[in-house]
Amino acid sequence: MSGETFPREPFAWLSGYLASLRDQHVLVHDQTAQPLAPARVLEIDAEDWGKAASVAATAGLRWAACWGDHIGDELVLRAVLETAGDYIVLRTVVPLGKPVLPSHTPHFAAANHMERHTQDLLGVAFLDHPDSRRWIRHRAWPDTDHPLRRSFSGRGKTQASTPADANYRFEKIQGSGVVEIAVGPVHAGIIEPGHFRFQAVGEQILRLETRLGYTHKGIEKIAVGRDPDALARLAARVSGDCTVGHTWAACQALERASACQVPERALILRALMAERERVANHLGDIGAIGSDVGFAFAHCQLSRLREYWQRRNDELFGHRLLMDRVIPGGVAVDLDAAAVRLLHTDHVTLRRELAVLFDILDDHPSLDDRLLTTGYLAPDHARNLGVVGFVGRASGQGFDLRRDQPYAPYDRFEIPVPLYSDGDVAARMRVRMDEVYIALNLMDQMLDALPGGVTRNVLLPAADAEGLGCVESWRGEIISYVRLGPDRRVARFFPRDPSWLIWPTMEQLIAGNIVPDFPVCNKSINASYSGHDL
Amino acid sequence: MLRILNKILRTGMVSESIPSEDDELERLGISVKRCLQLRFGRSLAIRQVDAGSCNGCELEIHALTNAYYDIERFGVHFVASPRHADALLVTGPVSRHMEAALKRAYVAMPSPKLVIAAGQCACNGGEFGVSYASCGAVANVIPVDVAVPGCPPTPLTLLQGILAAAGARKATARR
Ligand code: SF4
Repeated sequence: MSGETFPREPFAWLSGYLASLRDQHVLVHDQTAQPLAPARVLEIDAEDWGKAASVAATAGLRWAACWGDHIGDELVLRAVLETAGDYIVLRTVVPLGKPVLPSHTPHFAAANHMERHTQDLLGVAFLDHPDSRRWIRHRAWPDTDHPLRRSFSGRGKTQASTPADANYRFEKIQGSGVVEIAVGPVHAGIIEPGHFRFQAVGEQILRLETRLGYTHKGIEKIAVGRDPDALARLAARVSGDCTVGHTWAACQALERASACQVPERALILRALMAERERVANHLGDIGAIGSDVGFAFAHCQLSRLREYWQRRNDELFGHRLLMDRVIPGGVAVDLDAAAVRLLHTDHVTLRRELAVLFDILDDHPSLDDRLLTTGYLAPDHARNLGVVGFVGRASGQGFDLRRDQPYAPYDRFEIPVPLYSDGDVAARMRVRMDEVYIALNLMDQMLDALPGGVTRNVLLPAADAEGLGCVESWRGEIISYVRLGPDRRVARFFPRDPSWLIWPTMEQLIAGNIVPDFPVCNKSINASYSGHDL
Repeated sequence: MLRILNKILRTGMVSESIPSEDDELERLGISVKRCLQLRFGRSLAIRQVDAGSCNGCELEIHALTNAYYDIERFGVHFVASPRHADALLVTGPVSRHMEAALKRAYVAMPSPKLVIAAGQCACNGGEFGVSYASCGAVANVIPVDVAVPGCPPTPLTLLQGILAAAGARKATARR
């Protein structure tokens, strides 16, 4: 999963996994057609769904995603597993009349929330799931309705107003001196809404339970019927801080489904914007971590650099956050020679500024005091939770798609991936500081390698086709599934934001910390609410 | 410590005056400063509520506090509770799951209960519109005084919207 620099042999491990499945009498149906390449689809029977996961867990695969799809009078379920940079997609079918499937959660903790999401939105019952509570559903629709079923109208039933979420069974700790602290959905700062339920003794947190779903906007439902351009606009707004990442992943899925070749120049420009997004978010968050522990200097300086960076985005790319710059078939922007020179100069300036600032952050006793050992996520826990992105890389999980499953144009560059196992807030900050420098170097190489030519090819959406897009956003791996219907319009869209895998780490890493350190711990993982709630 | 002071000194002041080419904003800025002095005890307290946004709007609201805009110098500051707020700055289409929380924040706020709807989604539902999961525009849920367009609105547009909100209330008060 990490480390190798020699050319890897894809799917070298797959025969072993298939053999173990055979040993367990799991029948894998013939799959000569591979609709989700480069991922491999394994079609299995519904009753083997749990066994396939159990074998995968034994083989050390990472569980990455699951989603359902209502086709005809059946529900098609898919789950994505990864190891050594290769993805397999398990696929099975259950009848609409009896939508029951063994759960993956007993084998993979990461499956918990996504299965409950599928339960709430599609009405699939997962057998042996340790937690049958609703997850994304609050009280906007009754449990008898399933928004992702085709019979469900996107407008829903008219309801004068939606009552607040209530009767969700939070787990409680009994005992003398244990207090319960409820926070949210509206928080004190300028952040997204979510609910946190702490059980604490004095200042110390014994247990945290997160309750999300507040920003659920029905993205999967309102994607249906869109054309590629409209889907890209929606994908750009799944999580605003990760707009390049999500749009790229959705476009990659569309392009794979429709066999559309993206021009070389556009690929480099996409990567350039993705790296710019990485730098902007890392700068902003490192500053915010400083301000959360009362080190205003870091916040002032880094938010200043971030603002400068965003102004350059506006000037050269036409949008401060780079929204809608990635479009199906290519990109909506181009750079001239002067712009390339300007960016090179910016990189030099930023490196010089950061050398001073990061040096101060590195060696500031009062920061060390607050950040070291705070919010510790053990590598074992990180692996069990299948966490990706910089949170994973600070806890010994080195996966990075850009290196491990290099999609164009990253296959042309060497991608160093920082890896630490300290697992605390300081380590997560350290990974992000490293990644800023790495991104700057990469961007310089990309600007030098920028080929000529067009920036967009026409994408003719295929009929009855599907595609899987996988990109490494600044937050981590995004897996975006798109199915086009017979009318060449979107029939199913599921963008799996990395936050699905990052949020569960919060409950782990906060235990034993003090309540006032919650904001800095939260900032240090910076999972998206919107990207998770969909 | 010396390194920090050195860096601060070398960075200098980056805060910008309100762009002078924009006469309207300049005039608004001056009148609002007076208005804040008269009506809001020299400062405007804003409670931001994300009612279902994609978080893009929040990034730009955050930018208002960076050294370039430094919104506090105009007497505008963000507070942690609607009970302390003169204005709500609401982003996003209002998700149905946030509808009750938004209404409660509105009720908790003392008068004059200014509401600024920030961003395309807050103005008209944006890319998300009205659905089983989304109420669409903020005005569909609580009364809105000023709507700020943009996806997301730039910090400058946000500033304009905030200043306009304070100004709008001043106009009604005079009558
Ligand atoms: S207006 Fe744009 S940036 Fe703001 S919440 Fe809506 S989609 Fe996101």
